[in-house]
Amino acid sequence: MLIDVHGHFYTERSGLTDWRERNEARLNAGSRIGITAHVASILGTWGHTSPTYFPSPDDLTHANAAMRALQDEHSGLVFGYCAVNPNFTEHALEQIEVGLSHGMIGIKLAASRRADDPLLDPIAQAAATAKVPVLHHVWHHRSREWLGQEASDTLELARLAERHSGVQFIVAHIGGGGDWAHTLRVVRRVRNLWIDISGSGVDIDMMHLALDAVGPDRLLFGTDVTMGTGWGKLRYLEALGLGSEALDRIRSGNAIEIFPNGVFG
Amino acid sequence: MIDVSAFVGPYPFRHLAHATEEWLLAQMDRLEIDEAWVGHLPSFLYRDPGPGNTALFAAVSSESRLRPVPAVHPGLPEWQAALESHAGRVPAVRTYPNYWGLDPAGVEMMSLAEAAAGVACPLLLTVRFEDLRQRHHLDAVPDFPPSAVRALARVGEGVRLVVTHADRSFIEEVHYGLTPDESERVLWDISWIWGPPEEHLRHLIATLGPARFVFGTGMPLRIPDSTVARLDLLDLSKADRRAIEEENVRSWLRNG
Repeated sequence: MLIDVHGHFYTERSGLTDWRERNEARLNAGSRIGITAHVASILGTWGHTSPTYFPSPDDLTHANAAMRALQDEHSGLVFGYCAVNPNFTEHALEQIEVGLSHGMIGIKLAASRRADDPLLDPIAQAAATAKVPVLHHVWHHRSREWLGQEASDTLELARLAERHSGVQFIVAHIGGGGDWAHTLRVVRRVRNLWIDISGSGVDIDMMHLALDAVGPDRLLFGTDVTMGTGWGKLRYLEALGLGSEALDRIRSGNAIEIFPNGVFG
Repeated sequence: MIDVSAFVGPYPFRHLAHATEEWLLAQMDRLEIDEAWVGHLPSFLYRDPGPGNTALFAAVSSESRLRPVPAVHPGLPEWQAALESHAGRVPAVRTYPNYWGLDPAGVEMMSLAEAAAGVACPLLLTVRFEDLRQRHHLDAVPDFPPSAVRALARVGEGVRLVVTHADRSFIEEVHYGLTPDESERVLWDISWIWGPPEEHLRHLIATLGPARFVFGTGMPLRIPDSTVARLDLLDLSKADRRAIEEENVRSWLRNG
């Protein structure tokens, strides 16, 4: 079993003429890689009618409905995160209720608000009630803002995680790039932070430091929008000689532990 | 397979767990890479890359699978002598004008391209070492620009450029900004071209043809398995895959 905890799909509103082909490409590549479960989200319209990391409520409503349709179309293979923007609390909570009641299995947060902002508390509380994990986009840059998204850093996500110790939070793409080395330190002690290994910017030493920080027990396989690098990292981990039990945890065991019971069969 | 983009030596901006030729050889054995073109990683920040070249030759001298790619700084006196001493002994020379305070398309680089063409020595250009978003705050040097690749490719018939760590938009901007003859002077490594779901690599091979691409990893900064995985995700014929993995660069050197 191989569970990709960080996938994305597109819709006719994504501003892409090849949105169907991209969706098919993900599934085809997944089949080649051996992915047995794609846990994925759609970030609004990917910037077409509202910004990717600051999606509007209308765009998220449409995207989440499309994600649920994909989940239904590929039952047992595709699973949905409900994507929300915490600046619109009422809409976010409504979307989570609708999404989870229709089989979505997690919550996706882009970088619309800093991760330790109180506006994320009601969303974390909803995750706690439903016992689903929260995947949070992270790209470390504590020293400055980055165009197009709110600063997003594991140190801040750790503060949210400590306020909601019953919720499992996934640190996307090993925290991305930025000043990642400093922030990998915090995941050691915050036990409800998990690291997904997706991302194009992940270098060899990020992988080693992530392993040093949490070991195989809190690493999750993921691809995000570059599936080749996701597969490459999995192969690299396999070559490190971690042992089959450790690799099984990264491939699927850790995901099975944090997502709702029995969803992956 | 021939990896045109590998390094030994430390990285100035952060600690590398694996910076030795022994580690490089172990990865090559594991991934069945026959030969690697190896640069000396910290030399891009040296005022004079000469000592880095000495260290590079010493590091790889006992292993024929590691082909040294020394650096030439065309802003230093007597650089022509350094180039001539390397020509014929190495598969290419590296140069880092953006880190050495030179205009990537300025007079020094044009002179280097012309001189390298004269001694049939390819130039290896590095667009970037790390993603712009994750660099050390002191590493504020812009990426090597596509306009400079176009300018260098136009210097003359004998010019040959191997451009590493370029993405799709960079490659297309250069390729369609050159005549077909000029485009044949440029090879692109595939280490920074994304696969599915965006399928940039599949698109580029379909539109530019497989003859323009070569295998590169970016070790020890980048994860070498990702380049192999990207090829595994394509439905290439054996001939096309072999071309990218090694034949393109071999025939390019033979015909140089």
